[in-house]
Amino acid sequence: MDWTFLIVKLIQVIAVFAVLLTGCAYMTWLERKLVARIQSRLGPMNAGYQGLLQPVADMIKLLFKEDITPKHVDKFIYGIAPLASFIPATLSIAVVPFGDSITLFGRTYDLVISNLNVGILYVLAITSIGVYSIIMAGYSSNSKYSLLGGLRSSAQMISYEIGMGLAIVVVILLSGSLNLVDIVDKQGSFVGWYVFRNPVAFVVYFICAVAETNRSPFDLPEAESELVAGYHTEYSSMKFGMFFVAEYANMITVGAIATTLFFGGWHGPFLPPIVWFLIKVAAFQVFYIWARGTLPRLRYDQLMSFGWKVLLPIAVINVMVTAFFVL
Amino acid sequence: MEMFIFILAAIASVACCLMVITQKNPVRAVLFLIMAFVAQAILFVQLSAVFVAALQIIVYAGAIMVLFLFIIMLLNLRKDEFGGDRHPFQKFAAVALAALLAFELVIVALRDGSRSPSVSLPENFGSVESIGEILFTKYLLPFEATSILLMAAILGAVVLAKKRLDD
Repeated sequence: MDWTFLIVKLIQVIAVFAVLLTGCAYMTWLERKLVARIQSRLGPMNAGYQGLLQPVADMIKLLFKEDITPKHVDKFIYGIAPLASFIPATLSIAVVPFGDSITLFGRTYDLVISNLNVGILYVLAITSIGVYSIIMAGYSSNSKYSLLGGLRSSAQMISYEIGMGLAIVVVILLSGSLNLVDIVDKQGSFVGWYVFRNPVAFVVYFICAVAETNRSPFDLPEAESELVAGYHTEYSSMKFGMFFVAEYANMITVGAIATTLFFGGWHGPFLPPIVWFLIKVAAFQVFYIWARGTLPRLRYDQLMSFGWKVLLPIAVINVMVTAFFVL
Repeated sequence: MEMFIFILAAIASVACCLMVITQKNPVRAVLFLIMAFVAQAILFVQLSAVFVAALQIIVYAGAIMVLFLFIIMLLNLRKDEFGGDRHPFQKFAAVALAALLAFELVIVALRDGSRSPSVSLPENFGSVESIGEILFTKYLLPFEATSILLMAAILGAVVLAKKRLDD
C-alpha cells in the first residue's frame, strides 16, 4: 500500500465532500434569495450580511428540533430511509472529474476521486438505488400522504430514468467511452462540447434529470395542495434535514454530471480548471432555481404522458440518428 | 484489504438472504433482497467483472425490485394472508433440495477449495468492449433469441394493459 497515494486520495475525498455539503447549505440560501428576487422580495436579510449566515442558523434549528416518530410506523425502515436518500445523493460525485491531472511528488494524480472505467454506469446505478429511500419513507410513515407521495415520486423517477439513460447513450456513442475522464478529454475545444454536437440529447437529459431530482416543475411528490409534503410529511428534525440535504446534493450532482457529459467538464480558457468546473455547475443550479421560480407545476397525468409519449420517443429517435451518423 | 472486503460482502450477502426468507413482512423481505443484490455486486467487482456488477445494480436492484416493491405495497398483504396456503410437501421438498445443494457445495469446496486461480486474466477482462464483442459474435443466437422473448413480453404487457382500459 502506497501511503502518499492514500493520503492524497483521502484529502481529495474530504475536500470534495466538504465542498459538496457546503454547496448544499448555500444552495438553500441561493434558492431563497433568487426566488425572492423573482417575486420582488428581499429573502433572508437578518442573519449576517444579506442573510449569508442563514444556512448555519437553519442547520442549528434543525439539529435542535424535537425528533418525532409517529405511532405505528415501521421503526426500522422509517429510521434508515433518510440515510438511504442521503448516501446515494453524495456517492455519484465520486466519478466526476473536476480538473486536469496534477503532478505531486513525482506522481500524477487525476483530479477525480475514482477514475472508474464504467463511470457512467456507476452514476446510473447509484441513481437507481436512490428511488428506494422515497419508497421506504412513503411506506413506513403510516400516512396516506406519505404513501401516495412516495408512490408518485417513485413512478416518476422510474419513468424518467429511461429517457435519461437513452440521452446518456448518445454521449457514449459520440465519445466511444464509458469513462467520465475520457469523455471530458474528448470535448477539449469549445465546439467539441456535446451540447453543440447533439443539443437534443442535452435537453432530454436535463428534463429527465429535473424530474429525477423531484424538482419544480416536476415536484409532484411535494405538491402541497394535494399531498402536504409527500414522502417526508411525517419526518421532523434532522431526519427531515437529511432528505432536504439529499435533494440539494442530488441537484449539485446532476449539475456536475451534465457539465461533464455535455459542457466539456473543466475545460475553459484563462481561468484554472477547477474554477471553470465550479462556474458551470453553479450555472446549472441557478437554472434549476430559475425554473422553479417561473414555471407552474405539471399535473400528474401530464407528467407521466409527457415522459412516456414525448420524451421517450424523442430520445429513442435521437439515439438511432446519432448511431447512424457515428457509424 | 481485498480479503476483508470479500468477507464483509460475503457475510452481508448471506445474512441478507437469510433475512429474506425469515422475514414475515414482505416489504422488509424485498428490502433485504435488494441489499443482498448490492452485496453480490461488490463480489462481482472483486472478480473484476465491473460491468456485470453495474448491470446487477441497475437491472436487478434498481429496476426489477422497484416493481416488486410496488406490487407488494399495492396489494397490501397482511401478515395473516401472507403464506396462508402452503403445499403439504413444501417443507420436505425444501429440506431435501437444501441438503442436495449443501452436498454439492461441500464436494466443490473439497475439490477446488485449496486451488487458487492460476490463469492470469486477459487485459480487457470484464470490460464493456469484450462483453459486447462476445455477445455479438459467439453468443449472437442466444442474444437475439432473448431480445425476441423480451419483445414478446413487452407486447404482451401492452395488450393486457390496453384490454383493461376498453372495458
